[in-house]
Amino acid sequence: MASKVLLDPTAESTPAERQRITRPESLDGLTVGLLDISKPRGNVFLDRIAEHLERRGATVRRYRKPTFAKPAPVDLRHEIADQCHVVIEALAD
Amino acid sequence: MAAPPLPEGLVAVVKRDCETCRTVAPVLAELAEVTSLTIYSQDDPAFPEGLEVTDDRDLSVSWHHDIETVPTLIRVGANGEEARTVGWSLQQWRALAGIDQLAENLSLPEQRPGCGSMSVDPDLVDTLRARHSGSLLRSRHLDLAEAEDEFEYMHRMGWSDGLPLVPPTAERVLAMLEGTSRPPDEVVAIVPPDLVQATVEKIAISAVMAGCLPEHLPWVITAVEAVCNDEFNMHGLLATTMPVGPVIVCSGPGTSRIGMNPGVNALGQGNRASLSIGRALQLLVRNLGGGRPGGVDRATHGNPGKLSFCFAEHPGPFGSLASSRSDIDESTDAITVFAGEGPRCIVDQLSRTPESLAGTLAENLRSMHHHKLALAFDAILVLGPEHVRVFTEGGWDRTRIVAELEARLQLPYAEIVRGAGGIAEGIPDGLGLESLPKFSPGGLMLAHAGGGAGLFSMLIAGWVNGDSGSRPVTRAVQY
Repeated sequence: MASKVLLDPTAESTPAERQRITRPESLDGLTVGLLDISKPRGNVFLDRIAEHLERRGATVRRYRKPTFAKPAPVDLRHEIADQCHVVIEALAD
Repeated sequence: MAAPPLPEGLVAVVKRDCETCRTVAPVLAELAEVTSLTIYSQDDPAFPEGLEVTDDRDLSVSWHHDIETVPTLIRVGANGEEARTVGWSLQQWRALAGIDQLAENLSLPEQRPGCGSMSVDPDLVDTLRARHSGSLLRSRHLDLAEAEDEFEYMHRMGWSDGLPLVPPTAERVLAMLEGTSRPPDEVVAIVPPDLVQATVEKIAISAVMAGCLPEHLPWVITAVEAVCNDEFNMHGLLATTMPVGPVIVCSGPGTSRIGMNPGVNALGQGNRASLSIGRALQLLVRNLGGGRPGGVDRATHGNPGKLSFCFAEHPGPFGSLASSRSDIDESTDAITVFAGEGPRCIVDQLSRTPESLAGTLAENLRSMHHHKLALAFDAILVLGPEHVRVFTEGGWDRTRIVAELEARLQLPYAEIVRGAGGIAEGIPDGLGLESLPKFSPGGLMLAHAGGGAGLFSMLIAGWVNGDSGSRPVTRAVQY
């Protein structure tokens, strides 16, 4: 949608992507997003991670990129940022 | 994007939703029989029926070849377009096609005006300009998520002065650029504090965000040029702890053309042109220059005018501020930028002689910033129309008013020296002076604005003047 692309009014001296927030001290009570980048068997790895996280009191939400060959679509990134405190991206082969 | 070339021969641009195009459909059929004809249809590639038609529903051919009316018939030679005619005229079509018997057996009117081309439809034109001229823009494109609110995004990015901004889309920025003849990549100024090149495009982005219309853009560009130099010293003005910002005083016939208001509430809210022009300048300093409160902007208090402070003068009776400071005459659109704080009111409802009113104004001017400080600060005195009337009825012109005020603003040294009156602030001791003028030569400026009722004037006090601070700058508006 055209109205969702804005022209940068700044000197463009900083990256357009927003900077990372600081890492949390603990995962207690936080929502953790697990992003499957769509490489084979990434889901197996993430299933195990999810088990561990849930045992530690975190709420886990699962996401999946359409293809590992491209960056996550901006809508997916927004969804994760909206719904999670922390995200773990999984690479497996 | 380069214009798609037109094929040699005859070219017709039509749309089904046009009575005249439907009328000439049989003529096009006749032309297709006897000559090389290419038909572009703007809304329906199946129209005209039975003919070979090129689909121009994306309007790229229509846009690039400046089709304003349909039908348009164009003759294209080896070196491009040779002639065109718009609407239907039997005589002109025959001449253009070089066929004397064209439409001889059709019972058509001699002529019929055409319809508007879809490529100039006001609802479509901004989108088309972005699609076909978007590559002119050099600024980084920032993709937002579908679910992301662009207004909140702009706040989060730190672009806002605290108020909502208009999202700077390519469509809006290209439409804004129509307001100037200057190319988007022209560098207008180097903007402090980060010393970044301000192209016409970056200024147009600020103007969009501030709420400007394209006709405001030349004023914004001129204001940017006027403040970004050593003389005006925008960097220092930004960095100072004093509550000052750029004040833009506008004059000339263009002020009323763009809807500025020199009358009732001239310095107040409610006027799009004034507020958005002043705001666009400040947003450029904020976003492109990187000058932000708490960063390089160290103002102790600031003032609401740092959002935007721009106003228009009434024409006459003793000339504009710009014409008094330069050789720019009053028929030329011009701005004067001044490093000033918020305005305050001077009340005098009883004076009916210029001498009495000058006394009031001088007493108030003396107290500007501190009644014991002299020479360090300039001022703009915005005379209201009723105060102007007192002066003009008394036969005083601009020069006389300033001279009479200056005569009343010789401050006795004994009264303003440090410690005098039990007040530590003041002029250093031991200078051996009789008196000091409150204002340096040219430091007291007059402007003329306000509603017709109210015996008031407004004082806009300045920041540190001269080489160590800021000098006012006057420029003609560059279109």
